[in-house]
Amino acid sequence: MGMTMTEKILAAHAGLESVKPGDLISAKTDIVLSNDITGPVAIREFRKLETEKVFDKDKVVMVPDHFAPNKDIQSAQQCKELREFAMEQNLTHYFEVGRMGVEHCLLPEQGIVGPGQLIIGADSHTCTYGALGAFSTGVGSTDVAAAMATGETWFRVPESIKVIVKNKPKDPWVSGKDVILYLIGKIGVDGARYQALEFTGEGLQYISMDGRQTIANMAIEAGAKNGIFPVDNLTKEYIKDRFKGEYTVYESDPDAVYSMEVEIDLAELTPQVAFPHLPSNTKSIYDIKEDIVIDQSVIGSCTNGRFEDMEIAANILKGKKVAPHVRLIVIPGTQEVYKECVKKGIVDIVIDAGGVFSTPTCGPCLGGYMGILAKGERAISTTNRNFVGRMGHVESEVYLSNPAIAAASAITGKISSPEEVK
Amino acid sequence: MTNYQGKAWKVGNDVDTDLIIAAKYLNDASDENMREHCLENVIEDFANVISPGDILVAGKNFGCGSSREHAPIAIKAAGISVVVAKSFARIFYRNAINIGLPIVTAPDAVDEIDHGDELKIDVDTGELVNVTKGKTYKTEVFPEFIKEIIAKGNLLNYVKGQVK
Repeated sequence: MGMTMTEKILAAHAGLESVKPGDLISAKTDIVLSNDITGPVAIREFRKLETEKVFDKDKVVMVPDHFAPNKDIQSAQQCKELREFAMEQNLTHYFEVGRMGVEHCLLPEQGIVGPGQLIIGADSHTCTYGALGAFSTGVGSTDVAAAMATGETWFRVPESIKVIVKNKPKDPWVSGKDVILYLIGKIGVDGARYQALEFTGEGLQYISMDGRQTIANMAIEAGAKNGIFPVDNLTKEYIKDRFKGEYTVYESDPDAVYSMEVEIDLAELTPQVAFPHLPSNTKSIYDIKEDIVIDQSVIGSCTNGRFEDMEIAANILKGKKVAPHVRLIVIPGTQEVYKECVKKGIVDIVIDAGGVFSTPTCGPCLGGYMGILAKGERAISTTNRNFVGRMGHVESEVYLSNPAIAAASAITGKISSPEEVK
Repeated sequence: MTNYQGKAWKVGNDVDTDLIIAAKYLNDASDENMREHCLENVIEDFANVISPGDILVAGKNFGCGSSREHAPIAIKAAGISVVVAKSFARIFYRNAINIGLPIVTAPDAVDEIDHGDELKIDVDTGELVNVTKGKTYKTEVFPEFIKEIIAKGNLLNYVKGQVK
C-alpha cells in the first residue's frame, strides 16, 4: 500500500519503513518551538525533569511575539522567563524584540524550517510550515517540555484528506486566504479533525509561497493535525537562499489512501468573508448585500502578515483615505517584511491613508493589545479566528477576510469588495 | 484513580479555547488566575457555582482553537473531575491527557444527559452511568499507550524514565 507525504515523513522520523493511519508512534523532532505564552509553561514543566540541557540547542526555538514588545508587567515577566531560559541554554534561535517577528512568518523566512522536517510547536498555527513540505503541527506546553528534553514526541498517524486545487483564478482578488476560508466553510471547523489536509493539483502553481503559508496556517481551523503541500519549483525557489543544509523531498505515492477528496476550482472561487463567530461561517463577498459597518480593520498576523499581504493592501490604499470612523492597523509579520515595506513606500501609503503601521506582534489577533475592541464594536481582520470575544469585549465581532477586502473596507467603512474602491 | 462521580454541567458544540480561558488572562498562568476565569462567558461565575468533582459535558469539537494548555489547566483548577464530550479537538485532547485531566468521548451519552444529572464514570473501562436517568453507556476506551500516560498521572512522569 502506498503512503502519503505525511505518512512518509512520520515513518522516516520514527525509524520505520512504513506507517498507516491509526498507528501510535514515537518520532524524532527537527524543530521544537514555543512563544512567550506557551514557553514559560513549558519551561516550568521542563524544570521538573531530571535534565539540565535541552536535547539540541539548534533545534529548540523560542520567539516572544504574542504579548511582545511587553504589553504589561505580567507579560514582561513571561518574556523575561523565556529570555533567561534561552540564554541559559544558549539557544541558537531565540529572537529578541527588534529581531523577532510573528513566529510563523519568521521561521520560514529565516530558513529555520524546510521540506521533509518534523516540527512541533506550542502554538496551534505551527501547521503553517506544511507549506514547505514539512510535517508540522501544534501541541501543548507539556509536549514541548518533553520534546525539549528527549527530542522526541508521540503521534497517532493521521488519515489524510486530499484537497485538489484546479484551474487558474479568474477573480483578481482571490488569494490563499480565500482558498482556505472556502474550504473551512465547505467541510466545517471539525471537518478535518485529527486528519492531515494534503493540498495538490495543477492549480497550486498559481498560489504563491506566501499564499500557501496562509492556507497551511489555517488547516487547524478545520480541526486538522497538519496541512501539507508538495515541494515544487516555487518551494525550491523560496528556500534557495534561506534554508541551510540538506533537505528531503517526500512525495505521496499514486496509490496512497485518502479518507476523502475535496475539489476547489480556482476559476470559480471568489473572495470569502467568515462571519462571527466561527471561521466556517463563510460567504462570498459578492453575496453580502447588507451594509456591515466596521470600527476597525486589522491587516497582519501569522495568517496574513507577509510581504505579499502588505503589498496587496497598499495597492488598494494608495492615494485613498481611511473612513473617519475606522481605525486601520497594519502589522507586518517580521522585521524583514517591515524593512521591505519601508523600501517600497508601503509604510508611507498606510500612514498617508490614515492608518497605523506597527512593529511585528500577534497583538490584536488574540485580543492581546494593539487594537482591542470595545463592547459592540466590529472589525474586519486578516487574522485566523473570529471566536466570541477573540479580539476584545465578549460582545464585539470579528469578520475574517483576505488583505484586499480588509484594505477596501477600511476605506469605505463597511465590509466591501476591492472593486468598490478601484 | 479512574472512577469519578459528580453533577453534569452542560455546554454546547465547538466550545473554543478562548471561551474556556480568554487570551487576556494568559499573562498569568497561575492556577488561581486560570480557575477564576475558566468558562466565565459560557456559565456565569463558573468557578464558584460548581462543586469540586463535578463533570463537564460538551457537544462536538470541544476545545477547538488555540494550543494553550491553560485551557485544560483552567478546567482542572476549577475543580472539574472529568470532561465528557461528543468529540474533542485534537490539541485539547493531547493537552488534557498530558496534564492529567481525564476526558471521555461519548457521542451517544451526551444528548441524553441533562444539566444537573448525576454521572458515574470509569475512565479505565469506559463505562458511563447516568445515575439520574438510570442508563449505562460504553464509551471509547484509550489505547494502551495513552492509558500508560494516564496511569503515571501526566506526560512528564511518563517521560521521566526516558530522559538521558
